[in-house]
Amino acid sequence: MDDKNNNTMVEVKDLKMYFPIVRGLFRRKIGDIKAVDEISFKIKKNETLGLVGESGCGKTTTGRCVLRLYNPSSGSIIFNGKDISTMHENKLKTLRRNMGAIFQDPFGSLNPRQTAGSIVGDPLKVHNITAGKDLRDKVADLFRLVGLDPSMMDRVPHEFSGGQRQRIGVARALACSPSLVICDEPISALDVSIQAQIINLLEELQEKLGLTYLFIAHDLAVVQHISDRVAVMYLGRIMEITSSSELYENPLHPYTKALLSAIPIPDPKAERTRQRIVLKGEVPSPVMPPAGCHFHPRCQMAIPECSKERPPLRDVGNEHFVACIRV
Amino acid sequence: MATILDVENLKTYFKTEYGLVKAADGVSFRINEGEIVGLVGESGCGKSVSILSVMQLIQAPGKIVDGKITFDGQDLRQYKSNSSEMRSIRGSKMTMIFQEPMTSLNPVLTIARQLTETLELHLQMDRQASRERAIELLRMVGVPDAPSRVDDYPHQFSGGMRQRVMIAMALSCNPKIIFADEPTTAVDVTTQAQLLELMKDLVTEHHTSLVIVTHNLGVVARYAQRIYVMYSGRIIESGLSEDIFEQPRHPYTIGLLNSVPKLGERHGARKLIPIEGLPPNLINMPPTCAFLPRCTCKVDKCLTEPWPELRLVNGQHYVSCYADIKGK
Repeated sequence: MDDKNNNTMVEVKDLKMYFPIVRGLFRRKIGDIKAVDEISFKIKKNETLGLVGESGCGKTTTGRCVLRLYNPSSGSIIFNGKDISTMHENKLKTLRRNMGAIFQDPFGSLNPRQTAGSIVGDPLKVHNITAGKDLRDKVADLFRLVGLDPSMMDRVPHEFSGGQRQRIGVARALACSPSLVICDEPISALDVSIQAQIINLLEELQEKLGLTYLFIAHDLAVVQHISDRVAVMYLGRIMEITSSSELYENPLHPYTKALLSAIPIPDPKAERTRQRIVLKGEVPSPVMPPAGCHFHPRCQMAIPECSKERPPLRDVGNEHFVACIRV
Repeated sequence: MATILDVENLKTYFKTEYGLVKAADGVSFRINEGEIVGLVGESGCGKSVSILSVMQLIQAPGKIVDGKITFDGQDLRQYKSNSSEMRSIRGSKMTMIFQEPMTSLNPVLTIARQLTETLELHLQMDRQASRERAIELLRMVGVPDAPSRVDDYPHQFSGGMRQRVMIAMALSCNPKIIFADEPTTAVDVTTQAQLLELMKDLVTEHHTSLVIVTHNLGVVARYAQRIYVMYSGRIIESGLSEDIFEQPRHPYTIGLLNSVPKLGERHGARKLIPIEGLPPNLINMPPTCAFLPRCTCKVDKCLTEPWPELRLVNGQHYVSCYADIKGK
């Protein structure tokens, strides 16, 4: 995708993450949930890669694999030049310093019994970066960085609003000065008027600290706003990956087109004239995905060949990759 | 067009140990026959409370303290919440689609049982007839293989399918009005598109009024003819949907429109303009405009005068703001 390899922060190659389905007394394996099914992508330094798709398409699993919170079934994840997909736990710990994570639910992802200050300071203690009196100063700096008043350090999470809680989550993710931050639906649990505050905060922090984001969300409008490039996932596979403006102006995959047309726009005139592709049926189960292209049973352009072979992700020029034989 | 529901100056208060919560504080709205209306606002702004008040489903410590609710020529406030009159209206002439299709369906009863219950109760159908009608309803909302799926339990349905069952249930007795409370918040965008198209087609076909309660301005832009915007227990702006989206007059509405990323805007082309601050705590509100602390367009009058009344700006467009601002 790019010429200079040292410009790449994360490279995921043929990543597979299957979860076994077990039954009975002897926990016999009877099948696999193919959450992520051979996907490849790269994230460049200081870039935001958006990952969109409907629930159950494997976007969160991908994010967790990049963090090595799951042990991938196969494939490799190269982070800063090192393959971390099979790395031993001991080595992983030092490496994880360079990775942060922001989660969806600002209520569930903060320990209700810990003070905000200790939540943010925990990564610093775990990684032996700062201790003692310096810790409090460092945490105060982090609070200021995300727009919180350091005097609120001794409060517990329930005393904060949803938006403030998400700021605590951001501060915790940034505590060890990571280079890569995985944002897993960081705004979907927030009120509309608060969402923009967090999006702007993430953008400012990226500029200030030179962060690289893997931004996972289901809202294509938000992803398009924040991302340099966007990958569209469907049932464990990447269907299309390109720059965010190209994705909107020139979507090639039928699924991307349907997804774009399904997003409501707050403009009645545009809405009434807009052509809407309403997909028939539902997303099939990842246990028994359709043969060939996973999307073919719902695709308007499908031909018999679509059900035969998996379409490879191919380059159509202009850094635009699409997995469809009909394009 | 005749008015089917007219709510005037509705006040629903909750007495809590911390103080009085004015969840709906003088809410007035009007729904015409066969009309699709959007009720927009953030969580806690009182949109659900207003709808539940109309249906008389407010539970203690909540209480409707004032207001007039006229539905289909009847004054609903003369009936008690559990009176036979109210029960014959609720679920039959006036129905509701809830946000969470998993928790609003009973997990231990089959879909058939849950659909036939309303039919037997309100339309006095016998078992055979109501079962046939239930299958017909499921077919109407696009549940494939309806005759066999009618005997399934809710957990055997996906989220989108469950919401279709909820729609079928809401439509079962040919209601005059349907309230859809965040009907698509729990489902994916492609399913959301399916469900909204379905609801629109069905209410148009049956000439039913539909009130879509949502926080997503995009959802109502396509379908609603008129929109009411709520903030902290009051309606702060109302009008035809073109007016609201093209010439919003209230700083909050303008703020909401500017704070959401629009599809098709180039990456980095525009910084989002968030509404600073937080939605107010509804306990012991000051008498001045509740949006004042977050407002960027305040005038002197805002600081001293009580919350402004809704005033007509043009045609059907009302706004509750002292500052005379236009456009985006």
